[in-house]
Amino acid sequence: MYLLPVNQEYVESIIEKERPDGIMLAYGGQTALNCGVSLEESGILQKYDVKVLGTQIKGIQKTEDRQLFKDSMNDCMIPVLKSKTVTNFDDAKKAAEELAYPVIVRVAYTLGGRGGGVAYNEIELHEIVERGFKASIVGQVLIEEYIGHWKQIEYEVMQDYDGNNVIVCNMENVLSMKVHTGDNIVVAPSQTIDNHEYHMLRSAALRATKHVGIVGECNIQYALEPKSDRYVAIEINPRLSRSSALASKATGYPLAYMSAKIGLGYNLSELVNRITKNTTACFEPSLDYIVCKHPRWDFEKFELVNRRLGPTMKSVGEVMAVGRTFEESFQKAIRMLDIGNDGLVLNRTNGETYTEEEIEDKLSHHDDHIMYNVVIALKMGISVERINKLSTIDPWFIEKIKNIVDIESKLKTSELDVSLLWESKKMGFSDKQIARAKGSLPDDIRNLRKKLGVLPSVKQIDTLAAEWPAITNYLYLTYGGHSHDVEIPSDEKGIVVLGAGPYRIGSSVEFDWGTVNMVWGLQENGEKSVSVVNCNPETVSTDYDICTRLYFEELTQERILDITEFEHPGGIITCVGGQTANNLTPGLAQHGVNILGTSAHDVDSAENRSKFSAELDKLHIQQPRWQAFSNLNEAKNFAQEVEFPVIVRPSYVLSGAAMKVVWSQDELKTYVKEATDVSPDHPVVISKFMLNSLEVDVDGISNGKEVVIGAIVEHIDSAGVHSGDAMMCIPPWRLSNKIIETINEYTKKIALTFNVKGPFNLQFLVHDDHVYVIELNIRASRSMPFVSKLVKTNLISLAAKAILDKPLPEIPENKWQKIHNYGIKVPQFSFMQLDGADIALGVEMQSTGEAACFGNSFYDALSKGLTSVGYNLPDKGTALVTVGGAQNKEKLVASIAKLKHLGFKILATEHTAEFFEEKVGQVEIVHKISEPERKPNITDLLYERKIDFIINIPSTSTLEKYVGMLDDEYQIRRKSLELGIPVLTTIELADSFVKTLEWLKSNKTTKEPIEPYDKYD
Amino acid sequence: MVGYTEALTDPSYSGQILTLTYPLVGNYGVPDSSIKDDDGIPKFFESDKIQVRGLVVHELSLTASHWNLTVTLDEWLYNEKIPVISGIDTRELTKKIRTGGVMMAALVVSDSEINVEEIKKQLKSAPRYDSEQFMNDVSTKQEKVYGNENQSVVVIDTGAKNAIIRNIREIGYKVICLPWDTSYEKIMSYHPKGVVLSSGPGDPQKYLNTIDTAKKLIENNIPTLGICLGAQIIGIAGNTNTYKLKYGHRGQNKPCVNLENNQVYVTSQNHGYGITPESLEKSEFNLWFTNADDKTVEGIKHKKQKCIAVQFHPEASPGPYDCKFVFEELQHLMEEGASAKE
Repeated sequence: MYLLPVNQEYVESIIEKERPDGIMLAYGGQTALNCGVSLEESGILQKYDVKVLGTQIKGIQKTEDRQLFKDSMNDCMIPVLKSKTVTNFDDAKKAAEELAYPVIVRVAYTLGGRGGGVAYNEIELHEIVERGFKASIVGQVLIEEYIGHWKQIEYEVMQDYDGNNVIVCNMENVLSMKVHTGDNIVVAPSQTIDNHEYHMLRSAALRATKHVGIVGECNIQYALEPKSDRYVAIEINPRLSRSSALASKATGYPLAYMSAKIGLGYNLSELVNRITKNTTACFEPSLDYIVCKHPRWDFEKFELVNRRLGPTMKSVGEVMAVGRTFEESFQKAIRMLDIGNDGLVLNRTNGETYTEEEIEDKLSHHDDHIMYNVVIALKMGISVERINKLSTIDPWFIEKIKNIVDIESKLKTSELDVSLLWESKKMGFSDKQIARAKGSLPDDIRNLRKKLGVLPSVKQIDTLAAEWPAITNYLYLTYGGHSHDVEIPSDEKGIVVLGAGPYRIGSSVEFDWGTVNMVWGLQENGEKSVSVVNCNPETVSTDYDICTRLYFEELTQERILDITEFEHPGGIITCVGGQTANNLTPGLAQHGVNILGTSAHDVDSAENRSKFSAELDKLHIQQPRWQAFSNLNEAKNFAQEVEFPVIVRPSYVLSGAAMKVVWSQDELKTYVKEATDVSPDHPVVISKFMLNSLEVDVDGISNGKEVVIGAIVEHIDSAGVHSGDAMMCIPPWRLSNKIIETINEYTKKIALTFNVKGPFNLQFLVHDDHVYVIELNIRASRSMPFVSKLVKTNLISLAAKAILDKPLPEIPENKWQKIHNYGIKVPQFSFMQLDGADIALGVEMQSTGEAACFGNSFYDALSKGLTSVGYNLPDKGTALVTVGGAQNKEKLVASIAKLKHLGFKILATEHTAEFFEEKVGQVEIVHKISEPERKPNITDLLYERKIDFIINIPSTSTLEKYVGMLDDEYQIRRKSLELGIPVLTTIELADSFVKTLEWLKSNKTTKEPIEPYDKYD
Repeated sequence: MVGYTEALTDPSYSGQILTLTYPLVGNYGVPDSSIKDDDGIPKFFESDKIQVRGLVVHELSLTASHWNLTVTLDEWLYNEKIPVISGIDTRELTKKIRTGGVMMAALVVSDSEINVEEIKKQLKSAPRYDSEQFMNDVSTKQEKVYGNENQSVVVIDTGAKNAIIRNIREIGYKVICLPWDTSYEKIMSYHPKGVVLSSGPGDPQKYLNTIDTAKKLIENNIPTLGICLGAQIIGIAGNTNTYKLKYGHRGQNKPCVNLENNQVYVTSQNHGYGITPESLEKSEFNLWFTNADDKTVEGIKHKKQKCIAVQFHPEASPGPYDCKFVFEELQHLMEEGASAKE
């Protein structure tokens, strides 16, 4: 196992060392696939005689290369989109007339599809095409048939070396072709196509995969005309994808597992259905439920971002809901998103009101509120037909939404009798929604339901719709049934572990790692029955072979109570599923569910700022000055007293949602309002923001008696950059021994004071040699897998022992300091996909992933980390430096000098150039984007690729954007991002980057496998 | 989820109450029954009426959406006076049939309390499925001719689906559809290139006339294809036994292995009876296809004569088109005159 960048250079070095017989390319997304193709093209696979297992490179190329793809589809009689490349308007006009309006204009060689558009007539065509010619570097545009209103249908195909092939799942996108499938609401199986269309597309999928030579799994995507059976194939993904993960969970057919076996040479009919264990894997699952996938977007985290949904994927995660009506699945999915909504209607905040004109515009331009807008339109009396015309959503789905709207009004006007209760539960209404309609409390509804016997059934996902007996533990709950498929022996007292819900900014695969390792840890310690509840199809915790029973379900209080009433477990674990699971702790405890690990009371003491603060005072441990307040005046007074800047945030939200650094009274007013919108039940907290301090994370485990410190982790960026966006380093490299001792001591004291039983994470600020505590999270943290892997101590399996009241093993004191390795965690951003978003970092977390690399020196680890997240580390070239503020300029002098010394050419804008020229020698002057007439201009240089990387430090470092952003700097950051040129936006990052370049001049990175966890019994 | 129009009009379901495991039914409505192909066969239906006696679903979609629909499923059933019941836990029902086997059933709805004992008594006195005579209902009364090519194929109609006729038309033959009990001599008077014994309802052992015809077809080496019920009848004619399956094979996802090349095909199936695997050994047939799940007999080939038969539905509709090649196999027998012998 290697923790190294997936690129040609690193993979070649592994191949050279390990001399493998085969390589599999289909399991690491597009990154792995691209890497495989480049390994083949550069002759490396041939040189080391490595066989590709699964789809061969030739097959991959037939799907990846647009022209080869079109040719292949033609060969097997599968239609593709008609299009024509043109270089002048006359040809464009001719092409458009041939294809018939509307047509879509795509601009060749521009970024993110910019400059293109849909033309409904010649006048529009003229405008778009002319604009396109200017935007295109090669003066070329593509005129293509417009199919935005067509249905988007996908099939997942399995095929073996013998050419046996089956369709494992088909899916339909609710928001037509207009919206990328990753941003679409997807149902499985398809709902609005008939037998002929289903099998026409199915046969085409089998033909195409056979022709292309897929071995293993692939996904094929079609557009189907809604008014006829005309279709075109859009693309084939010759690898496991997001869609195939979804298909695996939707059907219970483990695509990746089967595909790997096929890659090894097994024939489909030799493989056994993993659920029934006695029927063959060479079959097509039949579903007796409807699955609904819903994307999770985090647009709130990004300033200036465009919320419009279209051909570029913008979501950061997804959930999958299973039910026996569309309405049930869909409303479940909305709750699973954990965005504060209890369903499609009857939410905490009432929807907006619009004029007819506004709503019609909103229906035809999808953003993340599209389905809510359909509700608003229906309530305004706009017909299903009209909504369909504007939104291109199939009338069937709109009718289903209408059912939900109708039940809402029935709930508001009719008596809540047993039949209305059943009806609304079958339509996916939660007790909270019903209570809101009736002006009562969710618990009252729950009690009424139980009295009247309106209860959900536990059903199996068994791949064959109950046709054969299946001993499967893969379960969901539905009101579309009258009996359970499984029974739990009354003497079974298992443990239920709550997962983390959808991936989102601030909660990603780290919490799934925690969930899975907790299940394993409990099993290793003798627990026989460990069940998991989670709803994220992208996770390992929702693989049904991990645990005793898997509930693919909502992480809401109502549903967890349903499950615990059915499971009657010995206890439930809420401390490994991030904030989603953690937030359920108090409510579940109130309802008599036994919380394992730290008690709900102690968790509350840590989450409640006042209680937490009081405890720290008793321990004589300092924290930055803070205050909770409920009115704006108090806040203003406090801010004046401690002086701006201050941080405002609600007290109970993960990953800095609505957390802001505030510099003025006016801003304070705006942000207080935002914070109370996100979390109305909890007070807002305001604290002093300490400039120029270091931030430190500590991950640990305690059983109430002993405390094990996993590691002390230092942030490379200075405080103010969200801990999820900061680069992190173990061991710390700027902390004195004395500070480390203090942190150790504080950590132990705090963990014991709060009776922590299980995992915890503490965050410290170090300012002027003083240690301040920022917060305590009594749960698994984002950095735990990173710490565990570097220190070779699986913290979560220790946590399992702690939770089960077992003694913790003897682990050497400060083991983390004795590891002769450096570990660096680097964030991965997805700004490219987020049209318009600014990339300067702040207290709101914005990264969507991370890479961790280890090495035997700081720069060894860092250079691998930077490479992993996509930085190019050039050995020569040109750097553009734009720095705001005299202080920042001063701080950068050493790095700029070093760059010059390394032979890099330095470009800068006038003032900056003047400053550095004086300090380090020759610097070339370039002109601002806002002064395009002055040459040389930054824009031209960027487009001509004459700049290799950019150091762009906003004037008050990362905080500047909250004061008011300088558009010019934003333009530089955005443009370079779109051109794939690295931009370094903090002093620390710039310094580290330059030092890494220097280190690479005379060193080579190490390429060692990671070592397994040390065994502790 | 797809194929209810086709399934409901499949004569093989005659006399049965059908329950669908997919919970959402009727989403795309029902197409226009007056649309016919060049041969005058309804384009989207397998016969000219709904054949099932009743339908049981979890959710009947009262609204439907499709470019091709004329009525909703609800309206169609109402027009044809076929009862449908919705709101049923069809998964639980499926499990009941899985363990108890296919059983006699009644659909009862009432605003007041239902007297279950009384219903059970009525059900007991109702004619049993096994005892019913279906052929009067499902077989054609007189010959029907489709197309005007010189070469023809006779279909012995024991409840043939339209798709069987469509598929034979597609390989380029005139189709002559004859009543189920047509004699061998009568068939041969049409000088067909081949004969297809169709699918249909009921116990194959009851159709003695058809079995007798099948025997003569084999004896005289007339290229013959049996489908489903037709396969069972051919099997009996060639000395195999048939038996009743506990709850049959029904669905569009049944994997079958072609033993000649080890390829696996996903097939459409609908049968309650099958050929006893053990009886093949002493019969005139070799095993051709086998069910990948439970190893039951899915296809046979005569050891010497030009006679093949499949238990699944190569004509699809509903279901996958993977096995259309079976018709080409028949064509091969008819045109090349090649022996089916191994």
